Amino acid sequence: MRRLIVGPFNRVEGDLEVILDVADGRVREAHVRSSLYRGFEQILQGKAPLDALVFVPRICGICSVSQSAAASQALAGAMGIKPPENGRLAANLIQSVENLADHVTHFYLFFMPDFARDCYQSQPWWHAASTRFKAVTGTAAGEFLPARAGLMRAMGLLAGKWPHTLTLQPGGSTHPLSASERLRLLRVLREFRQFLERSTFGDTLEAVAAIASAAELAAWAERHAASDFGLFLRASQALELRALGHAGVAFMSYGAYELEAGRWWPAGVWAGGPALLDPAQIVEDVSHAWYADAEAPLEPRRGSTLPLADKAAAYTWCKAPRLGGEVVETGALARQVVAGHPLARDLVARDGGGVEARVVARLLEVARLVPAMEAWAEALRPGIAFSFEGELPAEAESAGLVEAARGSLGHWLSIRRGRIHNYQIIAPTTWNFSPRDAAGRPGALERALVGVPVGEGEKAPAAVQHIVRSFDPCMVCTVH
Amino acid sequence: MKVVWLQSGGCGGCTLSWLGSEWGSLFATLRDASIEIVWHPSISEACADEALAILESCVDGSTPFDVLCIEGSLLRGPAGSGRFHVMAGTERPMIEWVRLLAARARHVVAMGSCAAFGGVTAAGINPTDACGLQYDGANPGGLLGSQFRAGAGLPVVNVSGCPTHPDWVTETLLALARGEMTDRELDDLARPRFYTDVLVHHGCNRNEFYEFKASAEKNGDQGCLMEHMGCKGTQAHADCNQRPWNGSGSCTSGGYACISCTEPAFEEPGHPFTRTPKIAGIPIGLPLDMPKAWFIALAALSKSATPARVRKNATTDHIIRWPRPAKKP
Repeated sequence: MRRLIVGPFNRVEGDLEVILDVADGRVREAHVRSSLYRGFEQILQGKAPLDALVFVPRICGICSVSQSAAASQALAGAMGIKPPENGRLAANLIQSVENLADHVTHFYLFFMPDFARDCYQSQPWWHAASTRFKAVTGTAAGEFLPARAGLMRAMGLLAGKWPHTLTLQPGGSTHPLSASERLRLLRVLREFRQFLERSTFGDTLEAVAAIASAAELAAWAERHAASDFGLFLRASQALELRALGHAGVAFMSYGAYELEAGRWWPAGVWAGGPALLDPAQIVEDVSHAWYADAEAPLEPRRGSTLPLADKAAAYTWCKAPRLGGEVVETGALARQVVAGHPLARDLVARDGGGVEARVVARLLEVARLVPAMEAWAEALRPGIAFSFEGELPAEAESAGLVEAARGSLGHWLSIRRGRIHNYQIIAPTTWNFSPRDAAGRPGALERALVGVPVGEGEKAPAAVQHIVRSFDPCMVCTVH
Repeated sequence: MKVVWLQSGGCGGCTLSWLGSEWGSLFATLRDASIEIVWHPSISEACADEALAILESCVDGSTPFDVLCIEGSLLRGPAGSGRFHVMAGTERPMIEWVRLLAARARHVVAMGSCAAFGGVTAAGINPTDACGLQYDGANPGGLLGSQFRAGAGLPVVNVSGCPTHPDWVTETLLALARGEMTDRELDDLARPRFYTDVLVHHGCNRNEFYEFKASAEKNGDQGCLMEHMGCKGTQAHADCNQRPWNGSGSCTSGGYACISCTEPAFEEPGHPFTRTPKIAGIPIGLPLDMPKAWFIALAALSKSATPARVRKNATTDHIIRWPRPAKKP
């Protein structure tokens, strides 16, 4: 048995180390270490409740708006208010701009550059991948960054800036769009659609969103091999990424994007079949994390965060959230499987949902989101309210459950005597990169890495890198 | 010019903001100025052992480099050990890496208010004993100490902001590459004066409301955000309303207060961020260099002269009166 310590693991958001015990050329056990602690849950105690809207976005520079959305929903719950129609649409738009930008940033800057590595030089697609996706110098980054900056103009219009806006408030948005700003927003979205249809897909978004099975996807890949998504599918087929890195656990989604009745992509659990999500079944176990132990895993509304850097049994700053005692995976794939998209369901039925399925689900969401965003922007009505006022009670308990690009994000807030008494956060990667719990059950990534082949002398196997990055981890959210 | 970029106790938002750079394609801009990213956690190919080899060669001097950029605060806790952030893949706390690399760099740049002053990570009880590279809040010191000077003679250059504007980062690097960043180009807190010689207030599109003290009272109102909504634009050094964010934005154009995020200790204002603290109805935080008596006298005068259009529009979320010639008295 040899032990590999893989880190600093880059092209993920934040600091990550993966510890692999390798025997007979395969990973026998994996331990995932989140190596940075900042203590936001401690910082928030005693603050004025609305100040959470200043602090929580700053947990994370890439999920900034998702953090705002979770906090503003928790605060709205405490106030007992809902935003007006324009506020609901603006919040959907602001969240979807971030989620869309995160998905494509992951694809172009974090994930695809691994296919340009020299270890793939013998592959027939390597030259194309290297020209297009080589980190920093590839042609894709040169094209993608201006396109992304163009998309982020939607944030300038809707939210003042990104990251770290204060626009999302419990009662709606602080920035009512004028008629002219709404037209500019539509221009921004149409321009980004053009980039996606030209470069990412080489096809219309509607055609990509309509791909309904693994077989249709394979046929689509043949016809669109020159597109960026096509190039990924070609490499993925050659490297058999469909069979790599499935965690073998249930998928969970809190549901995303408020419609007049309910959420567009609904909340739920998928464990070979649909199940209802009961958030009351969520607890956090700290047996293997550097925190003072509780008698039993705590519900987040009762959760505590007391760092203990010397704790012997621990190996990470990440707590271990469990749903009804079980490990779950969260993210775009989970969201689309729970929402019932036929392609996502077919990929999971075929292979369990590994590296390829996670990347496909992300790009599928991109293709589904942009038309929805165009419709939300069309539905904005300048000249009427974007925001309602509310009163914060002196005592309240509330939660905000949203979907960040990389999965389910929950905030649990308790207010006493007009101040934040407790504030607990479970982020997407807290779920996906959780350590073992008291029963010794490994987290989703820790499972996904078991059995991965490791070549003699390999120190950071490319397969391991593909698996880790396929989750689109955000480590600064994970521990916060 | 070779740049090494590391992240510690922050959110990565300054990098994400930077990637939203307008005015061309960011990587091409850097290439054109011969700025080479030796390693950056978000964009470099090198991972794990490859990355460590690069960083170790920077520490031992075998890879000479010019600029060390640090994003995020420096975590000294628990008990001075730095173990709240041990750099992944190593047994070494990040504060040790930073000390070793800073000793080799020609320039050290704090990217964002966390690395400059401690920032949000140092708020509340400051659980991790977070500080900036050369400041602890507004006090000189921090991780490297007030006497620190990088190889080329400058103190740590503090590109403060939460997050930083993409151009503040790019133009700081360009100025360093061109040899145009000297002591004279830095303000009293070692921030580049090209963006801190003005106030956020300058260029704010609510200025007419400010002039007449016609104030917003609730979210979405068009009026000035200073009197009630917590805005510190008249005190915060930054060009946010002259250099738009994400195409056309800024905090105040987005409808919310400037929280003064380029200033040290902004994270602990001593009052709820979006409510203006007042004594006898007068905001405590008045425009930076204006005598209080004059401000009060002018405010009273301007309130009495406020056109009805300005007064009415201030507390609505869209323009209900537009400029027309005043009726003759």
